[in-house]
Amino acid sequence: MSVLVYVEHADGKFKKSGFEAVAYAKAVADQVGTTLTAISIGSVAQDELSALGRYGAAKVLSVGAEQLKTFVNQAYASVIAAAAEKEGADIVVLSNSFSGKGLAPRIAVKLQAGLADGAVDLPDTSGGFRVKKTAFSGKAFAITELTSEKKVIALNPNAFGVKEQPTDVQIESFQPEISGNDLKTVIKDIVRATDKVSLPDAERVVSGGRGLKGPENWGMIEELADLLGAATACSKPVSDADWRPHAEHVGQTGIAISPNLYIAIGISGAIQHLAGVSSSKVIVVINKDPEAPFFKVADYGIVGDAFEVVPKLIEALKAHKA
Amino acid sequence: MKILVCISNVPDTTTKITFTEQNTQFNTAGVQYILNPYDEIALARAIELTEGGKGTVTVVNVGETSTEPTIRKALAIGADDAVRINAAPRDAWFVASQIAAYAKDQAFDMILTGRESIDYNGAQVAAMTAEILGIPSVSIIKKLDTDGSASQIEREIEGGKEVISIEGPFVASCAEGVAEPKIPNMRGIMSARTKPLAVVEAQAVAELTKIVSYETPAPRGAVKQIPADQPEQLISLLHSEAKVI
Ligand SMILES: Cc1cc2nc3c(=O)[nH]c(=O)nc-3n(C[C@H](O)[C@H](O)[C@H](O)COP(=O)(O)OP(=O)(O)OC[C@H]3O[C@@H](n4cnc5c(N)ncnc54)[C@H](O)[C@@H]3O)c2cc1C
Ligand SMILES: Nc1ncnc2c1ncn2[C@@H]1O[C@H](COP(=O)(O)O)[C@@H](O)[C@H]1O
Repeated sequence: MSVLVYVEHADGKFKKSGFEAVAYAKAVADQVGTTLTAISIGSVAQDELSALGRYGAAKVLSVGAEQLKTFVNQAYASVIAAAAEKEGADIVVLSNSFSGKGLAPRIAVKLQAGLADGAVDLPDTSGGFRVKKTAFSGKAFAITELTSEKKVIALNPNAFGVKEQPTDVQIESFQPEISGNDLKTVIKDIVRATDKVSLPDAERVVSGGRGLKGPENWGMIEELADLLGAATACSKPVSDADWRPHAEHVGQTGIAISPNLYIAIGISGAIQHLAGVSSSKVIVVINKDPEAPFFKVADYGIVGDAFEVVPKLIEALKAHKA
Repeated sequence: MKILVCISNVPDTTTKITFTEQNTQFNTAGVQYILNPYDEIALARAIELTEGGKGTVTVVNVGETSTEPTIRKALAIGADDAVRINAAPRDAWFVASQIAAYAKDQAFDMILTGRESIDYNGAQVAAMTAEILGIPSVSIIKKLDTDGSASQIEREIEGGKEVISIEGPFVASCAEGVAEPKIPNMRGIMSARTKPLAVVEAQAVAELTKIVSYETPAPRGAVKQIPADQPEQLISLLHSEAKVI
């Protein structure tokens, strides 16, 4: 028996959320008293593969098949399910990323496994196998029992952290058969803004709302984000008005995030907005209205005009970094 | 072209979420139910793609009689007919099994869902349904075009997008960008009353998961206010107290 973890990479480099999944899966393997096998699909260099040993993988299966260079969820799910079979893995862990969301349900169906998506903590194995996962768009957690023999867990990015646990790692090539039926989706192009921190993975996020008045005022939001190594986000009306791209909209009907630091500037704190950001570890609110509901869920607040406060904050941050 | 749109009936976005019976039951007292906001996007795109006699849109919901107002709303927006699979939706696996069993022999050209339901938020139903049917799926799409057999799709990825083409039937879960939700007009509302709404019985499905209880996020301590003219104080608190910078 073993635990299997699928580790996502972008252009041959594992993602932080991938390392988190490995560290989490290692902790699960320890809980149930077994070893951890990782699987990587696509072309990843040997030294990158062996880096997975740092987080506790004892074995890495590397699938380098040409047809699997780009992500096709149907084929990847078949490969991961075949690896689980081969390794006798009853538990499969992966990151609940955009790709993970298209992958985990297919793996679960193949293995007839119960799926806990959006897990935020280690399973409770004291009686059964219970996983805490987000529900109601971040307004609550559901403790979900996986009653099936096999189990799939999709871990929310930034929920567990990366913990090192150096292990001797053995790398093995894995070449399962790939059926043509699994390859009907063709990826024509991948467009990535590589110079920006990606929002779902970000440890720090600077977010702007309607209080910023217009898209021309986002310069200071971007400057603050750059200085903090943060991603930028916005409230729904801001993306609805095309001041910012839809991909930046956070909240109940946008992306749900849980960074270590969330700075909300000129955002009122409507219940639908809070749903997507309330699991952030530290929340800072800058708003000129002392009655803004966002202050009720903030750790730090500044009551003031964003157009005065943010430039001063940028100066203070520059001074701090110097 | 035949399109199936999966719709769920969820608590209104302004609902304050509370639980009863020692946190084991969602408290439905006073809760307003709505058509899941993402499903409105999927439905709107399905209607656009079939407009002008180019095809039909069927909506399917796994739910008990209480979901019929939401199904009628989808008909009022412009779906041609509806199917309710008569069962309380236990989990995504249960729902996907029911939808797949219904869709199996119907030759739909595409099955659209919302990106996720805003209650249990699995974002699971689309890919599970596709896996059961043995057809491709794309999760969290931002753009969808088709000529009836080949479809062009854009999918969101961390920090970017993927452009995808698919031949033949598929399942896709829709997010913002795919279409603007449509508001039912008077004619739609009138005709919704007479459009067909079939009720079919559910299949038996093995249990794989079950929710045993709920928790609400721990409340935060009181906010620390920092004077607007001393932002350096915020920086130093974030550095030495919160340790996030
Ligand atoms: C079905 C549904 C789903 C929704 N989903 C989402 C969602 O996912 N995400 C989301 O964000 N919203 C969502 N909303 C919208 C939500 O209800 C609010 O309308 C929205 O969050 C408000 O955005 P805002 O705070 O930017 O704007 P406003 O509510 O207009 O607030 C602007 C804030 O800026 C402050 N301000 C103004 N000028 C300044 C200044 N110079 N300096 C500092 N502060 C200033 C004001 O005091 C105010 O608090 C949804 C709504 C519905 C109905
Ligand atoms: N009970 C249901 N009946 C029909 N479709 C559903 C049901 N629940 C969820 N769906 C569809 O599946 C999508 C994703 O739901 P979920 O996997 O629960 O996040 C929703 O946006 C709907 O399109």
